Amino acid sequence: MDATSTWMWQLDGWIIAAGVLCAVASSLVGNFLVLRRMSMLGDAVSHAVLPGLAAAFLITGSRQSMPMFFGAAIVGVLTAMLSQWIRNFGKVDEGASMGVVFTTLFALGLVMIVRAADSVDLDPGCVLYGAIEFTPLDTIRLGNLDVPRVVITLGVVTIINLLFVLLLYKELKLTSFDPALADTMGLRSAWVHYALMTLVAIMAVASFESVGNILVVAMMVVPAAAASMLTNRLPWLIVASAVIGALSAVLGQLTAITLPQSFGYGSTSTSGMMALAAGTLFMLVAIFSPHHGVLVAFLRHQRLSLSILGEDVLAYVFRQEEKGNQKEITSDWMRRRLIASSPAISIVLAWQRLTGNLTRAGDQYGLTDQGRITAASLVRSHRLWEQYLVDQAGVTSDRIHGMAERLEHFTDRPFRDELERQTAFPSSDPHGSPIPAEQSSPPPTNSGTRQP
Amino acid sequence: MFAPWNPITTLAEAAPPESIQWLRVLLLEDYNTRVVVLATTLLGLAAGAVGSFTLLRKRALLGDALSHATLPGIALAFITAPIFGVDGKSLPVLLTGAAISGSIGMLTILLIRNLTRLKEDAALGIVLSVFFGGGLVALGIAQQMPEGHVAGLESFIYGKTASIIAQDAWWIAAAGAISAAVLILLYKEMQLLCFDEGFASSRGYSTIGLDFVLMAMVVLVTIVGLQAVGLVLMIALLVIPAAAARFWTSSMLRMTLLSAVIGAVSCMVGAVTSALATRLPSGAMIVLVSAVFFLLSMLLGSRRGVVVQAWRRWRLRRRIDRRHVLRGIYELAESERRDEPEPVASQWVPISKLLAMRTWSSMRLHAEIKRLRQQGMVRTRNGDVTLTSPGLLEAIRLTREHRLWELYLITHADVATERVDRDAESIEDCLEPVMIDELETLLDQYRTGDRVPVSPHGLTDVSRTVGSN
Repeated sequence: MDATSTWMWQLDGWIIAAGVLCAVASSLVGNFLVLRRMSMLGDAVSHAVLPGLAAAFLITGSRQSMPMFFGAAIVGVLTAMLSQWIRNFGKVDEGASMGVVFTTLFALGLVMIVRAADSVDLDPGCVLYGAIEFTPLDTIRLGNLDVPRVVITLGVVTIINLLFVLLLYKELKLTSFDPALADTMGLRSAWVHYALMTLVAIMAVASFESVGNILVVAMMVVPAAAASMLTNRLPWLIVASAVIGALSAVLGQLTAITLPQSFGYGSTSTSGMMALAAGTLFMLVAIFSPHHGVLVAFLRHQRLSLSILGEDVLAYVFRQEEKGNQKEITSDWMRRRLIASSPAISIVLAWQRLTGNLTRAGDQYGLTDQGRITAASLVRSHRLWEQYLVDQAGVTSDRIHGMAERLEHFTDRPFRDELERQTAFPSSDPHGSPIPAEQSSPPPTNSGTRQP
Repeated sequence: MFAPWNPITTLAEAAPPESIQWLRVLLLEDYNTRVVVLATTLLGLAAGAVGSFTLLRKRALLGDALSHATLPGIALAFITAPIFGVDGKSLPVLLTGAAISGSIGMLTILLIRNLTRLKEDAALGIVLSVFFGGGLVALGIAQQMPEGHVAGLESFIYGKTASIIAQDAWWIAAAGAISAAVLILLYKEMQLLCFDEGFASSRGYSTIGLDFVLMAMVVLVTIVGLQAVGLVLMIALLVIPAAAARFWTSSMLRMTLLSAVIGAVSCMVGAVTSALATRLPSGAMIVLVSAVFFLLSMLLGSRRGVVVQAWRRWRLRRRIDRRHVLRGIYELAESERRDEPEPVASQWVPISKLLAMRTWSSMRLHAEIKRLRQQGMVRTRNGDVTLTSPGLLEAIRLTREHRLWELYLITHADVATERVDRDAESIEDCLEPVMIDELETLLDQYRTGDRVPVSPHGLTDVSRTVGSN
């Protein structure tokens, strides 16, 4: 079956429009939920609105949108307030108070619906699933264009959320990062908090029965989380999360139609697929993000530990040569003495030979002149530190080696000179080993220096 | 460690005969109801115990995320089962699928939390929504399977408590027994993990490993509970009993036991009510009953209950007011009779001056004066107040203590911050006798033969100094 044959711009375009609007509106609010560590609130509120819907239905006796919207919005705000109240008065932690409130309200809603089952055509399933696929069916004529009602609703919500973020940007920023400071500046962080909660509730209700609440829950957390892996700046965070949200909505609709066809099935749940697409984007960003990505952090860590091992190797060779202990300068001995894996030692030795610090004869290694300068600086740093720790910091001499071993990698020429001055120009360290003379030229070089 | 668990196990064993007798009276030996009540009670017991640990680990919503994370596994198990020639709707197959995807969700949470800069809540939110979305996608495909409708799968979301069969009860009992055994074996480690993660890891326990075990138990309890009470209401069983138990005790062991009992009783009562009345879904009833338990605990809980706390605060305020009034009268009298050695019992002080000393309302001050009058500590006479002789003794004691405190803070302020609770009833309770002796010697230089030391900051500005502390 050809994928394009099922693609109809009239239908799928509106579905994507609804998905994108929902994603952008949710991620605008969601950024602040993630920053405030309240990511689960979207989930809680979207479950908890059930009794509001049921009550609106039981009171008005119809499935009109407006009463249901208000019923659900009221209960949504109530959820946020109740959990806040339980947290303050009962000193229950955030997650638990939310859990208590939303499960109770959901149960209440279920009971109300089941009690009135005879007259109610209200499926609790539609709260969770929604049916974004039916978006194009219910339209309102706008000018000479049939615009789906859902798109209009979500468009209005998106504009409200955008205005909220733009107008209250300063307040939101301050209350999210430092509520105590915001309070002292007279910003009423509690009010901002409840305004945010109201928007979350409206968001959850607006997408009830239109796109499905699982989509809101996903779009409130996942794009914001992905964006926070990319940037530290709040404006970029907001923009990035909106873009990621919109992108996952588009990808979700495309894959919902095309992916199952490759297994011979018809299209599947669009909102589920949008959530899944957002999750995939998050995974990619979390792994490959240039600043905070898992892969980058891993590589950075590996590079650091290898270059430290490289310096340790040079210092080891220097010490053995100093002792005249040539037979222990083999890769096997280094691996055992420096407690490293053999691939790591091989890489490091190859690198040090390549950069001209080490030479090899048989299985024995030796320092080149250039390598000896670097190694002598390291050993000098090490022994000066040992002397300093005993002299000035009052550390007992059996503990100094480990500390000096860590510090030597981050000590440069001016630092060494200062250490030497403070320890009154010693010629040997507390263990009696001679301290090598300064090798590097007076203008401080960067050898052996690293930003920690 | 084992002994305190016996009540739980004996309770679980004792529950069938007792509840059966009870039900025989109430429900005319209905076998189905008996199975439902027994199964849900066991579930409440297990979920309550496991939930108390996740609550203290500040991961109450872990069950929320993990129970949503089981959905794709259930749907995928249904889809792939025919390939292996198994019936897609058989319970072990679906539960295996749920366990696998629940475990993947659990690992994802741990990975996100430990490898990225994101916090716990974001990790939970991501896993919950993305996995559930994946589940919906898989369900959408499962619906088109030639094997037919997926109605059975829906029960995993909403629960089908009324149709629990004996086999389910056995599953639940097995899961409960496993989690109880794990909790007993790792009780000490779990306790450390919940209260002091840093200390636990410094003692060489793998906190990730322990978190993994805890999450695995949540997954275990969740998957067996899913079709009993449904996805959303399963979360309630993991959160509400534990949160309710927290109001009653500060001991971990008691909290775990209490939480298990509250879970079990809520399930029993909820299931029975639902069986008694028509059109009351049992899953929802169980949650509502446990919510009632929570509300009662929050109000009346003996350790952290709202009422108890309010009463404690009220009593503390009374005690502080009493001290302030007595000392205020004494110091006013003292400042008016500067030349004479000491104020006497019958010296009258205007209440208006007393009111100006502090930021207290006139009503609060008068209420306290009235209370003191009833105790025979003060006498009042149109707008004036005076100390009786027992009142004077008490006022002298309080003033002396207050000034010793001031002196202590002035001379030993560096010690004071770390060792002193200034709200304490009396300085003898919080300072060592040696320290008090030393202070009293120090006071000798201020002393002019009176029983009460002169205020170290002078008397001319009584109202300011009193107001300032």
